[in-house]
Amino acid sequence: MNFDFSEDQKFLAGEARKFLNAQCTTAHVREVLDDESKTHHEGVWQKVLEMGWIGAAIPEEYGGLGLGMLELCVIAEEMGRALAPVPFSSTTYFFAEALKLAGSEDQKKDLLEKVVSGEVVGCYAASEGPGNPDPSKLKTTFDGSKLTGTKVPVTDGDIATHAVVLAKEGSGASLVLVDLTGEGVSRKTVSTLEPTRSHAEITFDGAPAARLGNAGEGADMNDAILNRAAVLLAFEQLGGADRCLEMATEFAKDRYAFGRPIGGNQAIKHKLADMYVKNQVARSNCYYGAWALSTDAAELPEAAAAARLAASEAYWFASKENIQTHGGMGFTWEVDCHLFYRRAKLLAVQAGAPKVWKEKLVSALERKNAA
Amino acid sequence: MDFNDTKEEAEFRAEARSFLEKHLKPKDANSPRRPTGEDFLKRAKEWQKTKAEGGFAQITWPKEWGGRGGTTMQQVIWNQEEGKFDAPTGPFTIGLGMCVPTVIAFGSDEHKKRYVEKALRGEEIWCQLFSEPAAGSDVAGVKTRAIKDGDEWVINGQKVWTTGAHFSDYGIVLTRTDPKAPKHKGLTMFIVDMHQKGVEAKPIHQASGGREFNEVYFTDVRIPDSDRLGEVGDGWKVALVTLMNERLAVGGSPGPDWKEIMDYARGTGSLTDQAFREKLADWYVAAQGYSLTKFRTQTALSRGDTPGPENSIGKIITANQLQDICNSAIEMQDHYGIMNDSDTMPANALFQQSFMWAPGLRIAGGTDEILKNIIAERVLGLPQDVRVDKKVPFEELKQG
Repeated sequence: MNFDFSEDQKFLAGEARKFLNAQCTTAHVREVLDDESKTHHEGVWQKVLEMGWIGAAIPEEYGGLGLGMLELCVIAEEMGRALAPVPFSSTTYFFAEALKLAGSEDQKKDLLEKVVSGEVVGCYAASEGPGNPDPSKLKTTFDGSKLTGTKVPVTDGDIATHAVVLAKEGSGASLVLVDLTGEGVSRKTVSTLEPTRSHAEITFDGAPAARLGNAGEGADMNDAILNRAAVLLAFEQLGGADRCLEMATEFAKDRYAFGRPIGGNQAIKHKLADMYVKNQVARSNCYYGAWALSTDAAELPEAAAAARLAASEAYWFASKENIQTHGGMGFTWEVDCHLFYRRAKLLAVQAGAPKVWKEKLVSALERKNAA
Repeated sequence: MDFNDTKEEAEFRAEARSFLEKHLKPKDANSPRRPTGEDFLKRAKEWQKTKAEGGFAQITWPKEWGGRGGTTMQQVIWNQEEGKFDAPTGPFTIGLGMCVPTVIAFGSDEHKKRYVEKALRGEEIWCQLFSEPAAGSDVAGVKTRAIKDGDEWVINGQKVWTTGAHFSDYGIVLTRTDPKAPKHKGLTMFIVDMHQKGVEAKPIHQASGGREFNEVYFTDVRIPDSDRLGEVGDGWKVALVTLMNERLAVGGSPGPDWKEIMDYARGTGSLTDQAFREKLADWYVAAQGYSLTKFRTQTALSRGDTPGPENSIGKIITANQLQDICNSAIEMQDHYGIMNDSDTMPANALFQQSFMWAPGLRIAGGTDEILKNIIAERVLGLPQDVRVDKKVPFEELKQG
């Protein structure tokens, strides 16, 4: 039994935390929050690129570090904890993983190295309107060479140079690869609850595009990509949820009311104990997701869903009750609580809301128990 | 990351497994969840003896006491494997898990020689006499009085919720020896012979309808001073050792779990109900969270590390989940769900029976509230609750 990260992986996590504590503080996050013209923090992004983390799970032959998914998981936890305002997840968990999973040799050779260097920033475009995108009812269409339709919101869609797009092709769905800097693409930034991670509406008007994988496999590949991204996003959520618990605990020890720390009251103690329980449930489910991801286990669908659900619930609870524990101060712009509250909601809906993943989970359990 | 045993662990697991296969049959859907009764007690004693002779009773205890002198990891592996079989272990959980370790920690050499091996071999059963009508979560508030009389102590008072008192041979009893001292200071622990004159165990008629727990009355019970555990006035220190072991001994739920309600829902057509599916997902995630957390603990043990505090989440999750699952199963049956005849009801009325058990599981071995206090204070480092009773002589405390 070795249900833990290795010493090397923990060392990597520790180094990442040290680095981000110095290079990506909430002051950096606020530079993006408070400046509407900023889509992300370019200084932090350049430093993250220098660290090579984008390539942690990209094989060396494509310019990556060739470490593995477990290494990417521990980095994700730290990125989430630091609220890093950079297009890391879009490029790494979605775009690069989609290429690794479905890309042709030429596509991988052409793009992965540029992803690692930062020349290419990727995003993943599935959503077209309210509700989880249904691959059988997409309005965006691909005719074999050109893409037409509108995707909104696309996380980092205004920063990215390239997108992987889920589109209708014939009677099915396909994944297609588009150069967003080319012709037939127009985009505008959209306003969101989480301004430290930029979002765009992208309109394709006969934009040249190439298939990623085979025609008609879009729905299955979308599932596969989301299962992988879900585990990595869950680690970001876990990092954020743990940070909320720490903030709330520190505040509850230092804040005096009625002559003693508010953390001496059971109403606060039990709230924070509930947070701890949820965070532990999330951590254990995340580790299982990491194991399934790193070993390509048959259990990945249920492991990814459970990790995502546990982490979404933990972060939601921790971020809202962190504000509550801070009282009036927690509701001010200056105190950091709302940064986590915003990020928690983004991460919970970005790759499908909890309701969607509950259905995925139960379907996976049904398949498993029927077999 | 992997879920494999080390070579030594795999060898031990195989050895444990072949021993278990030789002596027991695997658990199945018909295995009783909370077996009781004379026959069961007899089987339990025989199984304990068999385990002791096979070297699998109390694996971490030293060989001189009849243990195996093994590692905590081996004990974990044994528990996992034994849990897959229909093993009658219940009557020994408290004695071997909590009471006898306390005797080992605080008893004299004579005590250890007299009691430890007999308990380990299943020849004598122990109970823990701490809780009282006015001392539950606040267990240091015990009033059972011990007064010194020559070389003996005379005990008078009442204990409650004593598991297995009616079939126990010995117990450890927490008493008040100095009512003028503050609550935690005036306590003393003794070994008591449960068969002696003046000790009377009366089953409690529980809300569930069963009678598994007891009230125990002490009327002029005489205990030699030599059967004292720890110093006079140090009873709380001794009790903490017992309670620390309790956290290791208590935790799991006998079910029904998410899979059982899923199977049931499939049979009734409710598995297509969206609201039910969402609840099922929640149960699965929480149950996995608990089982996987145990794997993290096991990993720490496997490396020879001390496990972190993460395991403290166990009973909060399992007890609440049990209650919620049973509630949902009954509501799924609608009006019909109010009936509880095990011969005619679906799943032999397991959901109905456990519905009535679940409230007790949320209270026994530390209430949800006390467990959350423990997490808040010992894990998160938050301040202790206000203790208005801390420096006040016990006899001056308000009661009610």
